[in-house]
Amino acid sequence: MAGQTDMELIKNGVRLDGRKPDELREVKIVAGVLDNADGSCYLEWGNNKIYAGVFGPMECHPRHKQKADRAIVQARYTMAPFSVNDRKRPGLDRRSSEISYIVSQAFEKVVMVEEFPKASIRVDMQVVEAHAGTRCAAMTAASVALADAGIPMRDMIPACASGKVNDIVVLDLNKEEDNYGQADLPLAIIPSTGEVVLLQLDGHLTPDQFEEAMDLATNGCMDLYEKMRAALENRYGGSK
Amino acid sequence: MSNDHVSNLMKGHMESLAAEGKRADGRGINEFREVKIETGMINTAEGSAMVHLGKTKVLCGIKMLIGTPYGDSPRSGTMTTSTELAPLADQSFDPGPPREQSIELARVVDRGIRESRMIDFEALCIEEGERVWMVYIDLHILDNDGNLFDCCTLAAAAALSNARIPNVQHGIADEDVDLPVTCWPISCTFGKLGDSVILDATSDEEGVMSARFTVAHDENGNLRAAQKGMNGAFTDAEIREAVKTARASDNVLREALKGIQ
Repeated sequence: MAGQTDMELIKNGVRLDGRKPDELREVKIVAGVLDNADGSCYLEWGNNKIYAGVFGPMECHPRHKQKADRAIVQARYTMAPFSVNDRKRPGLDRRSSEISYIVSQAFEKVVMVEEFPKASIRVDMQVVEAHAGTRCAAMTAASVALADAGIPMRDMIPACASGKVNDIVVLDLNKEEDNYGQADLPLAIIPSTGEVVLLQLDGHLTPDQFEEAMDLATNGCMDLYEKMRAALENRYGGSK
Repeated sequence: MSNDHVSNLMKGHMESLAAEGKRADGRGINEFREVKIETGMINTAEGSAMVHLGKTKVLCGIKMLIGTPYGDSPRSGTMTTSTELAPLADQSFDPGPPREQSIELARVVDRGIRESRMIDFEALCIEEGERVWMVYIDLHILDNDGNLFDCCTLAAAAALSNARIPNVQHGIADEDVDLPVTCWPISCTFGKLGDSVILDATSDEEGVMSARFTVAHDENGNLRAAQKGMNGAFTDAEIREAVKTARASDNVLREALKGIQ
């Protein structure tokens, strides 16, 4: 984690933003917000704001990336220059490249890629305002956009982080907790099977704290999953 | 930027419609699509605006940093405009470094804002020759249905008009103040469709048009910037007529911009 501090990030079980340790920030999901994309989603998670758009399946470019027996998922995560306090230089940096890569691989697990040999499914995630937890938020938005595009999938992937601040395991780190906390564990799961498709960790956790953090993040993912389904039901009427 | 593959049938259809003064979407040839402006949605930006022009959507964020002025203008702040053709806006947008079309777009928008002196650059001087404010205008295209030029200029103007100088964050003064804005440039972009000239082309129309002409006026009806683009041509009379039409037609955008002030 970036910096250690004496700052009291959690006091009597209440965090700086008033949440309990196991509480998510407020999440708002809207499916189908863009016209050109085959599927899209706008997501607000706390103060994070993200657009996701999906194109495909379509011919894969560049050609040498084609797979003879399946489609590939080309996910791309980018942050707007004005999405952070100090202007970020536009374009792909190493952090964005890594996130794009692991997210692509996570989605190849759920998208029925074997149905579309040689094709590409493009998933673009645009962070327009960032306040910690954007990779999970972007992935959650991308799942909804994929569903909105009608791409055959085994399931959607909710993603949510847990972490540790002042030696307490908490769900969904905010900006201060991300900067000054002790650990950050982003997790993405397939709700129907419980399989883990993305996991990163940086910081310090005891084995017990790790167990607890996994439980918290998994619960967070399941809560999100309901919100994702609700967003799609809102757009398409749901099953009566 | 535009739709590269439009059938000859569609091309013929749109050209014959335009010859009768009609459009595929029911508009007149000198009519803008519906415009909607929202501002201040991005808290991390000094100013922000989202503009919908028909189905085209552009999000603009303003960031301000402190830097050194150019040697030849020690008392002037600086301004940089960049456009991001976000891949999610259009299937044909590629990732990677900005290409010519994106650079042209950013430069035309930049000229409209800069040459109108919309921003009072001298008011951005903190310490002559040493420290000035650098204004970054970043335009994110979220949905492309044509006429990014006018939509981006409008988004930039709207975001600038709602920007605050971040004095407190940078320890310059005790209070943030509004970015001083002196005038209101509006650009109008025309396309040559067959033998006709149309305003505010959609993506489909851009796919069949042969030439593009952008002109920016200030609120007093004076020209501030112009650019002709694409590999077709306009006649002298068409250009003169377009400039007049722009003055008559840009009211809709001006009204929308006034609505947010």
